Amino acid sequence: MPKRIGRYTLRLENSPAILSYAAVAGKKEGLGPLGYEFDKIYEDTTAGESSWEKAESLMLRDALSRAIEKSGYTPGSINYVFAGDLLNQGIASTYGLRDLGIPFFGLYGACSNMSLSMTLASVYVESGAASLAACATSSHFCAAERQFRFPLEYGGQRTPTAQWTVTGAGALVLAEDGPGPFITRTTGGRIVDKGVRDMTNMGAAMAPAAADTIKNFFDDTGASPNDYDMILTGDLGLVGSRLLNELLKQEKLDIGERHRDCGILIFDCENQDVESGGSGCGCSAGVLCTHILNLLRDGGLSKILFCATGALMSPTSSQQGDSIPCIAHLVEICANRPQ
Amino acid sequence: MSVTNAEYKKMTEKASPPSKKIKNCVWAFCVGGFICSLGQALRTLFEYLGLSETEVAAAVSVSLIFIAAVLTGLKVFDKIARYAGAGTLVPITGFANAVVSPAIEFRQEGHIVGIGARMFGIAGPVIVFGTIASVLYGLILWIFRLV
Repeated sequence: MPKRIGRYTLRLENSPAILSYAAVAGKKEGLGPLGYEFDKIYEDTTAGESSWEKAESLMLRDALSRAIEKSGYTPGSINYVFAGDLLNQGIASTYGLRDLGIPFFGLYGACSNMSLSMTLASVYVESGAASLAACATSSHFCAAERQFRFPLEYGGQRTPTAQWTVTGAGALVLAEDGPGPFITRTTGGRIVDKGVRDMTNMGAAMAPAAADTIKNFFDDTGASPNDYDMILTGDLGLVGSRLLNELLKQEKLDIGERHRDCGILIFDCENQDVESGGSGCGCSAGVLCTHILNLLRDGGLSKILFCATGALMSPTSSQQGDSIPCIAHLVEICANRPQ
Repeated sequence: MSVTNAEYKKMTEKASPPSKKIKNCVWAFCVGGFICSLGQALRTLFEYLGLSETEVAAAVSVSLIFIAAVLTGLKVFDKIARYAGAGTLVPITGFANAVVSPAIEFRQEGHIVGIGARMFGIAGPVIVFGTIASVLYGLILWIFRLV
């Protein structure tokens, strides 16, 4: 059973195993440094569908189907799927998953969806409520741009703090037992709002939420950053990463060289015209369900913290002049089950 | 988190790289200047072709709008505008792009609730406040003529 430690953290004594995982992405992500690790690269932004929203649904379904296939099970054996995306009413997930017939929990944690879904699914598996649970999330550059910003062909200039929404999806299957890696502890995030209003500087808006959750995890567990090979944030980008390091230093936590950010890893920030880096649910999901889990499986990493971050504003709240509330959920992932 | 909102605002300003203002201004000057020169060239051409003063003014605007609309449709306009910034935004080309880009984008939602309803989503405020401003200027002009 999950055991509570401190105010925010759960220890999962049975440590649910990540049985399988998969990720798909768009062309630009395919040209990035991790492109070769994706299960499939969609060269066409509509993926052969009639709209970007449908393309995103297709990618989410594809990522999940591949993850389930790799697990050796069928969709019928999965007890629950926890999924979410950025589109209004979560239509990428609902339309993407409607034909699979798996009991579905729709989530909204913006770009934190991957760690949010893993936090919840791992507790279901740990407690025995599910023997197999899946997590999935997606984002699409074009679909997100038109919902949150301007039409694609609108001639505007991007600021140096802006981030590029990743087109892609990631999914994984959790089981009671398996080869691992294993989820050993989780920390649920609080909503943190430090008054940032700039929709083109999401990294700065989200950094305090990541700092808060990471600090809470270390306070609750008594662990230290030195115990980890990597502390991986979701999509803070170059600006947000700088701020996260500063904020944690003020709290006497130095994550410095151990810190990596999916938004910086997924693109070549200097040469791919993405300004501060990547963002979106597909960013952290894509990097985790390829590069990071591969490294954990191959022995390149043994213990990491994965902390995906989300900005919880909507176009309406932003137009009304409100600041951007943010959230970050954290999962501890170990290559081997702790003794 | 012990940091206050005001302190964090300062930290954010320090950590965020500023826009490249000089580079943006040079680009805007060159591209904006080129568009204006193109407008002047068109004006000379239409005058040469024997159009009247009012016809020339309309023909120049229509030509620039047409070019901007076609470039938007060909997915070229936004690539130029990323560098040109205000250079393409301020002339009438920016207005054309602001109407055509949502029209293209929202055609997936159909002709009525898609193209029809969303086409002026960005340009709408320009039309509203442009109309109000022209009424105010007309009023001022009328008062001065009365005196």
